Amino acid sequence: MHDLSHAFSLALQLAASGDPGLWQIVGLSLQVTLSAVAISTLLGLPVGALLALGRFPGRNALIVIFNAAMGLPPVVVGLVVYLLLSRSGPLGEFGILFTPKAMVIAQSILVFPIVTALSRQVIEDLWAEYSEQLRSLGSNAAKSIGTLLWDGRFSLVTVVLAGFGRAAAEVGAIIIVGGNIDGFTRTMTTAIALETSKGDLALALGLGFVLLMIVVLVNGAAWIARRAGERLAGA
Amino acid sequence: MRAPTTSLPLVLDRVGFSAGGVEILHDLSLRIEPGAPTIILGPNGAGKSVLLRLCHGLLSPSGGSIRAGNVAVSTERTALVFQRPVMLRRSVLANVAYGIVGKHARGRASALLERVGLSHLARRPARKLSGGEQQRVALARAWGRNPEILFLDEPTASLDPAATRAVEDIVGEIAAQGVKIVMATHDLGQARRLAGDVAFLHKGRLLEHTPAATFFDAPRTPQAAAFLRGELLT
Repeated sequence: MHDLSHAFSLALQLAASGDPGLWQIVGLSLQVTLSAVAISTLLGLPVGALLALGRFPGRNALIVIFNAAMGLPPVVVGLVVYLLLSRSGPLGEFGILFTPKAMVIAQSILVFPIVTALSRQVIEDLWAEYSEQLRSLGSNAAKSIGTLLWDGRFSLVTVVLAGFGRAAAEVGAIIIVGGNIDGFTRTMTTAIALETSKGDLALALGLGFVLLMIVVLVNGAAWIARRAGERLAGA
Repeated sequence: MRAPTTSLPLVLDRVGFSAGGVEILHDLSLRIEPGAPTIILGPNGAGKSVLLRLCHGLLSPSGGSIRAGNVAVSTERTALVFQRPVMLRRSVLANVAYGIVGKHARGRASALLERVGLSHLARRPARKLSGGEQQRVALARAWGRNPEILFLDEPTASLDPAATRAVEDIVGEIAAQGVKIVMATHDLGQARRLAGDVAFLHKGRLLEHTPAATFFDAPRTPQAAAFLRGELLT
């Protein structure tokens, strides 16, 4: 218990200190995580909608694959991306291994299936309710997809937050492809892993508390935005 | 001179419909003419809802044919108010504007809300409205489609008398604009109030189609007579 309270006060000190090193780590964490979530959302929502509405051979297999891919082990994804991006790998010429770009790629691979699989379910349920009514009102496929994404927006925000949670908490993939380089690819989670292995448990835990605070802040902001949106747009 | 395009008369010729091996409509021939509302009467499960969906173009017949005047059966020229209309997760106004094409959609939607007496609720979330209010939103939304025929599938089945009256008044107003009304119901009182002619459906078959006065005073089939006496048809 002593360790926990010590870590907590350390976290508050860290947050209050304005230590530029800390803020740089926080900034990079957010940059990598939010980029991965944005890419996954831009790709995952349309793919989820296509899977929800489309009827084509192999659709069921794709749904199972995306559902299963929600549980991709981050270390394995990290390793595969590492092999692809390493000097001798097929994408080695881009020279982005051990850069934030590599970390965004790895996290996008982890988050994309989550956004796709969960949004597919949300949109499919909504479509079951809406399809006859929308057809009756003369809505074509493109307009229907837009309608489903818009009317499902509050559930879809939760889907995106699930993806954000996965990325924010993730360490296995980014530590492999980023390399945890101080001042360049060090994030909250890789720093926590490092301090833990060095034995500075209080600092590791303190960083953990800071990370938790950020996650709570992001989710709180999303909640407030959702409530405001509901009140304004009538859902 | 070219004849104006119109969806009327709506002619069903030996229409059959089956789903999942179950025959829902059987050999149904019916001619719906312009004029006073046509009421599709019959007990639950008679096939009224399927008949309306076929005429609206949401379903295709398994057999026979449907011809809508000199144009194709389509959701563009007809509108359907469902028994339980789906309110989109947006405002009342946005719901009505949804089916209206063109840049004046919101203005027209406002005018329609005025006519169904819901202007004061325009900005409210549609799904928070009462059942009767939602049905009026659905009527305004269908009206906004500028249909030649408006199909209504038991629009007052779960409404109280006051809400039923409001719906019937609006239906009357839409009919007065020259829109052909085709309404399914199992409410005899409602059929008496609105019907020009009655098509009586039982177990997927059209048993009779006569002017309303004939149907109520001298039904031709024992099933219709029993239905009019309030007996429970099985």
